[in-house]
Amino acid sequence: MVANHDIDITVQRGTVHALMGENGAGKSTLMKILYGMQKPDEGTIAVNGEQVEFSTPADAIARGIGMVHQHFMLADNFTVWENIVLGGEGLHGIGAKAKARIRELSDQYGLGVKPDALVEDLGVADRQRVEILKVLYRGARILILDEPTAVLVPQEVDALFDNLRELKAEGVTVIFISHKLHEVLSVADAISVIRRGTTVGDADPREVTARQLAELMVGAELPSPESRESTVTETEMLRVEGLRIAKPDAEGVERVVLDDVSLRIRKGEILGIAGVEGNGQAELVEAVMGMLPLDAGTVTLDGTDLTGTLTRARREAGIGYIPEDRHRHGLLLEAPLWENRILGHVTERPNSKGVLLDPAGARADTQRIVDEYDVRTPGIEVTAASLSGGNQQKLIIGREMSHSPKLLIAAHPTRGVDVGAQAQIWEQIRSAQREGLAVLLISADLDELIGLSDTIRVIYRGRLVADADPATVTAEDLGSAMTGAATGHIESDPEALAEAQAVVAEGTEAEHTSDAPTDAPTDAPSAGTADDEQAGE
Amino acid sequence: MTSPNPPAAPAAKRSLRERIDLERIGLALAAPVLAVLLSLLIAGGLLAASGRDPFDAFSIMWNYGTASDGQVAVLNKATVYYLAAAAAAFGFRMNLFNIGIEGQYKLAMMFAAFVGGQVDLPAFLQIPLLLIVAMCVGGLWASIAGLLKVYRGVSEVISTIMLNAIATAVIGVLLVPGIFAPRTSGTTNSIQTEKISDSSHFFAIETQGGTLWGFVVIAVLVGVVFQFTLNRTRFGFDLRATGRSESAASASGVNVKRMVITSIVVSGALAGLVGLPELMQNTPYFGQNVQTGLGFIGISVALLGRNTPVGIAFSALLFAFLDASGAQLPTRGDYPSEIIPVIQGTIVICVVVAYELVRRYGLKRQQQKVGAELAAQAAAAAQKEVAA
Repeated sequence: MVANHDIDITVQRGTVHALMGENGAGKSTLMKILYGMQKPDEGTIAVNGEQVEFSTPADAIARGIGMVHQHFMLADNFTVWENIVLGGEGLHGIGAKAKARIRELSDQYGLGVKPDALVEDLGVADRQRVEILKVLYRGARILILDEPTAVLVPQEVDALFDNLRELKAEGVTVIFISHKLHEVLSVADAISVIRRGTTVGDADPREVTARQLAELMVGAELPSPESRESTVTETEMLRVEGLRIAKPDAEGVERVVLDDVSLRIRKGEILGIAGVEGNGQAELVEAVMGMLPLDAGTVTLDGTDLTGTLTRARREAGIGYIPEDRHRHGLLLEAPLWENRILGHVTERPNSKGVLLDPAGARADTQRIVDEYDVRTPGIEVTAASLSGGNQQKLIIGREMSHSPKLLIAAHPTRGVDVGAQAQIWEQIRSAQREGLAVLLISADLDELIGLSDTIRVIYRGRLVADADPATVTAEDLGSAMTGAATGHIESDPEALAEAQAVVAEGTEAEHTSDAPTDAPTDAPSAGTADDEQAGE
Repeated sequence: MTSPNPPAAPAAKRSLRERIDLERIGLALAAPVLAVLLSLLIAGGLLAASGRDPFDAFSIMWNYGTASDGQVAVLNKATVYYLAAAAAAFGFRMNLFNIGIEGQYKLAMMFAAFVGGQVDLPAFLQIPLLLIVAMCVGGLWASIAGLLKVYRGVSEVISTIMLNAIATAVIGVLLVPGIFAPRTSGTTNSIQTEKISDSSHFFAIETQGGTLWGFVVIAVLVGVVFQFTLNRTRFGFDLRATGRSESAASASGVNVKRMVITSIVVSGALAGLVGLPELMQNTPYFGQNVQTGLGFIGISVALLGRNTPVGIAFSALLFAFLDASGAQLPTRGDYPSEIIPVIQGTIVICVVVAYELVRRYGLKRQQQKVGAELAAQAAAAAQKEVAA
């Protein structure tokens, strides 16, 4: 297995250098090598002209390289200052000196971190700044940021970019990993593109257009989630009324996670839920699936009241579920693919006859899913764990679609999936929609939400606070509603909208050029294989 | 459009060669074989260190085990161990640690003995009656732990340990003259239930090596039903899914609460059978000197047998062989029989570690294999493209 080969990257001091590539292109492996978490089989790394060899992250830190992970590693019940000092007690002690140093760094780089605040009171963006400060505190002069914008709303992204410019001005080098074209173009001084584990080119952000960059990255033209005829009908498929769930938190204080949530989805409609993670989306999904007990409210599917029923009955009634965390909720990782095909539909054909399983039927149907949905696997007897994320997701979607659902709950359906598989997944959801499927779509990717949905609702602190028509809203306005700044029906200024759409036409959406092939599930092989390189991870 | 996947062999008819994966079998056998060898090495070392000849000791054991009277004794013991291990394994398959087999089988045995002494039906009714009584008592006793876990979040490990202690106390309270034991004029000190009726005796096979208990048939039956339920029924699939990932199972529609209660009750019901061979074939009453520790042996046997019906059959035979032949050691030479628990203990410890290592190795190896095969396919496809 070769995850990376012949990678050549030169990063200038005091610049923001972006590393781009689709999921599974080998960015993470490269970062692990730079940070000493993995050893390269061949090749060299030089820092400040001096050849170095890292066997642990400690070596990398000693050389002034620090990494900010995508998932934060902070202790919630500690203050900012304690979190920063933790593990670096030898540097400036743990007392006033350390605190003074934190203030000094915070001021120097304009991070605005308050050392005495409790981490659990901080928002995502503030936590990220604490992570950055933690790395700087340890003397890093080269920062590696792994997809730092994935968890941020557009306004927070801008603030982060201001911080990065500040760091750059102070002589810090930033390596910035992302696959979002417009972000990279706005902040980077230099760009390296990785595809299939190797560097395919460098670009100057002042000269390159988003379209050229996308072509470099993907190496193929891809369909877009844009533009199509409305398939929304008047028949109501899902009606959720007055949903309320209150959960006690760690301290035993009752927290309302869903408050009076009502929504309806018609046949052939995709309803998108926008929101910063942790505002009740997961609970909404689990409530509709019957996995969480309701305090109040009703769930009705196609005229049948499902409020008091268990998850299995709801699945049998026609709810398909693409879970947010496929490893926890969607797959049995150590079971073979055909057993995973049974999961969730054990009471239905072809998986069982009466109370007995039908392994032969399940195997045959798994093979059909593997073929139709282009799941890249050497066979159906291998464990689900040995497939790459994109192929796992294709298997899940194939499984859920195989029982002709009436309602599909798709939570982040393309998260951690490469662009090729992403296009296929979009197309599959669309074609099911044309046949009258109702879809509840949860996504953190605003482009995906705007591109796929027929209607968008915004969830904030457990309430549906705003709604929007995807045709008349920009990601920025949606973003501000997600932070609670706007409520009601949001409609973007036509000028801003036109501008955004122009950017989209020229830029972001060049990732997925508009002539969508209708047979996408079997097409786009060149993009799909990049994903397979993750198979060994 | 060519599919990247090789043309599918009709999945319904997999050839024998496909079904038998030599590498997988090799991996599965490597761990227990290594564990047994290592434990023999340690036991041999201990014997040698105390100035005794380990080879002589092992040969005594081997000779006993290959003689026909030894074989019958081993089979009878293995029958009991197998039932105990099946009870433990059923829980393990769902990640439930039923340590309460000990209490469950004793309580069940006492009730069965009591009923067997009070009721005297024809054998074809009497024997099923006793089996059902024992299974019900075992299952009910275990259900306490299940209910506590589901509704109060009490770990079944803690509650079943406590229930073992409580079971001992309950037996102490019930097994007194006037309740479960007959009022005797009091010449003997040992208190026991009345003898079970003759119709309660299970059939046995007389061989030249002694009496082979007919209960071995029940053990085999349990194994077959166990295997079938787990691999061929919806219930079994739900159970295995819950054992592998509770979160995925609950998202897939498994009612996890009900599953926990059902499986611990089934485990307890199986545990209820553990004491019956002794009661219905050897000692026709339940007394204070009943054999203890079978529940814990069952857990060890299940671990070694990897919770599969075939695996525990082999490990039950091994443990029974060690116990039966180990008892010969002090009588046929100056060897301490304590060496047997040492061997059994090291086997279990080694095997638990080894299984985990093998499991991780197997997963990683498969991922690498899948990666390599896919890379080969991709390369082949690329070549075709170039050629075209």
